[in-house]
Amino acid sequence: MSRALTPSQTIGPFYFGTVVNAYRHDLAPAGVAGERIEIALTLHDADGAIVPDGLLEIWQANSHGRYNHPEDRRNLPLDAGFEGYGRASTDTRGCARFGTVKPGRVPWPGGGLQAAHVNVSVFARGVLNRLATRLYFDGDPALAEDPALNLVEPERRATLIAKRDATGVWRLPLYLGGPNETVFFDC
Amino acid sequence: MNEETYRRPAAGQHHPANRSPDYKSTVSRSPSKPAIVLPHTLSEITGPLLRAERLDAGENDLTRRRMGEPLGERIVVHGRVLDEDGKPVPEALVEIWQCNAAGRYHHPGDQHDAPLDPNFYGGGRARAGTDGTYRFITIKPGAYPWKNHYNAWRPAHIHFSLFGPAFATRLITQMYFPQDPLLAFDPIYNSVPEGARPRLQAAFDMDATQPEWALAYRFDIVLRGRNATPMENT
Ligand SMILES: [Fe+2]
Repeated sequence: MSRALTPSQTIGPFYFGTVVNAYRHDLAPAGVAGERIEIALTLHDADGAIVPDGLLEIWQANSHGRYNHPEDRRNLPLDAGFEGYGRASTDTRGCARFGTVKPGRVPWPGGGLQAAHVNVSVFARGVLNRLATRLYFDGDPALAEDPALNLVEPERRATLIAKRDATGVWRLPLYLGGPNETVFFDC
Repeated sequence: MNEETYRRPAAGQHHPANRSPDYKSTVSRSPSKPAIVLPHTLSEITGPLLRAERLDAGENDLTRRRMGEPLGERIVVHGRVLDEDGKPVPEALVEIWQCNAAGRYHHPGDQHDAPLDPNFYGGGRARAGTDGTYRFITIKPGAYPWKNHYNAWRPAHIHFSLFGPAFATRLITQMYFPQDPLLAFDPIYNSVPEGARPRLQAAFDMDATQPEWALAYRFDIVLRGRNATPMENT
């Protein structure tokens, strides 16, 4: 019997409770293979003001390019203790940080590989639907051939590409609107 | 691999518009450009299942998270997590949060002049069964004022968070109570296309009430369904 979708609603300003005890800033406990990286996402509204009450989630493959999920049936190693999921709220400076490993590349349907990326969900008061975007890594030679990036107008691609700061942290500002509006995906 | 593993919701029939100006915060927090349609790759058709997340016994009973019992009308909230074909989403993690019976959240940002209840925290989690059924015990949340417009009140609601089987199925929503007169005035509820709004209302469920103990409400949650797989050569 077919059923109609449950509509989306905002997370509101007072999410916490359950979601607080399920926060995950550190995705990769000791022993997980791969290059350790730190990601800092900063959320802004259309006027450029920081959003201190957002919730950001990430989902990624492990360093071998394998998702910890039954749908990924490829013969690549899974890392014990690495699910690939993180969740953090933005702080008073609009920033959410994650410690993880750099994801490996995953295939594109119909052939070829995608550039390494992290999938990002944005929730906040005033955001009625989950906004989905991606984080890529500046300097990755695979960026030019990434089929998802190539769906985006060239001048907007930079909104998806994190840059490494002087301390080695991968930083990506997210904008819910305005001149630097982040590219969001219908996924 | 099928490029359209999950069905895409028809625009304007299910979900709110990102920019819904009656809900004022959406104006500066909604993208102006359309989202770019991404074929479904492994990144979208996988997602956190959180199967390893261990729930404490009683996390689904919000009335027993503290020393004593909270004030308010005790209720059972139950239902099923399904997809658009009516198939259960097995073992889904369901997270909820809500204000207390007086309309106040246990949250430092909530400055509503209503009492906090030391016996009510307001968060709960449940793991759905293999048949998609979940169940919470809680108290009926109160209505609360907010600053969206003059004399703005949120209808009583419980926030729900679901992951479903994939990144593409992630959903956060709110459950409302039937026949609440505040629904007509609420810009968040009314941001949803009119025909879809009743899906956010729980149904009073006389059969599931517990005599001498609690009223019951039923709220089924429907996540995106899969397209029929033509040929899967992975
Ligand atoms: Fe709320």
